[in-house]
Amino acid sequence: MILEAILFALIIVVGTGGELCVGRAMQETGQLERFRPGAAVSLLGRALRSKWIWIGVAMMTIAFFSLLLLLSFESVSFVVPVTALSYLVGAVGGIFFLGEKVAWQRWVGIGLVCLGVTIVVATK
Amino acid sequence: MTTEFAKTLDQPSQGMHTRLHLKTYILIAIMIVTGPVGNLLLAKNMKRVGTISMWPPSQLPELFIRVFGSFTIWAGIACLIAFISAYMLALSLADYSFVQPAAALGYGVIAVLGVFILHESVSPLHWLGIVIICLGVSFIRNTHPRTTENSR
Repeated sequence: MILEAILFALIIVVGTGGELCVGRAMQETGQLERFRPGAAVSLLGRALRSKWIWIGVAMMTIAFFSLLLLLSFESVSFVVPVTALSYLVGAVGGIFFLGEKVAWQRWVGIGLVCLGVTIVVATK
Repeated sequence: MTTEFAKTLDQPSQGMHTRLHLKTYILIAIMIVTGPVGNLLLAKNMKRVGTISMWPPSQLPELFIRVFGSFTIWAGIACLIAFISAYMLALSLADYSFVQPAAALGYGVIAVLGVFILHESVSPLHWLGIVIICLGVSFIRNTHPRTTENSR
């Protein structure tokens, strides 16, 4: 039970935190100006020079192995609905860590996505 | 044809916001296919491996081979690399709080693929969940994809 709680916390908080760090790195790196494979690879290469990418990758790696471990003894239909909370954690992190402005329509949308994901996975 | 389409996206004659939105939506479309497929392949592999025991440590090399010694996990990892690349590129164009929930449309893609390719049955409640996700994404779509400025 305690192990499950720790693994869920690692997946939701550390995993979403890692994605937010990647978002910070992409904010620093710049936009994808030309929609070509070369431009995409070049942008991703520049992003690799940001410290935030590596912090993010480390955090997402921890979350990834936590997910693998949790899936080895829990069903996907139990794990994924709980991890839907990461949409809310992500929005809060987007405001405080990335300086995003989350309008009320986006909050409503995020709430509906959380509900929808929970129903989809619970009915598998 | 793909190159022509890419040129169209890069043309200055297209409105800046239209091009930004189109690129973001194309990258989200790549994410909603590769992400769920990758996760399903990983789950399938871990079910095959069974319950993992981390003790005694002498068993770890054998465990590593059991987990990473199949095509399924590498196909899953390849899908997730494509997913994370599209995710990073989408984050260069749009907010995290816009891209992350929009990627949940992947659940709908999986259900549609299941029905039309694997001939699986999907319950009405499951479809209701997908409709709610689509409704949520339509709310998110009504907000501006980017509310912050790039540093450079």
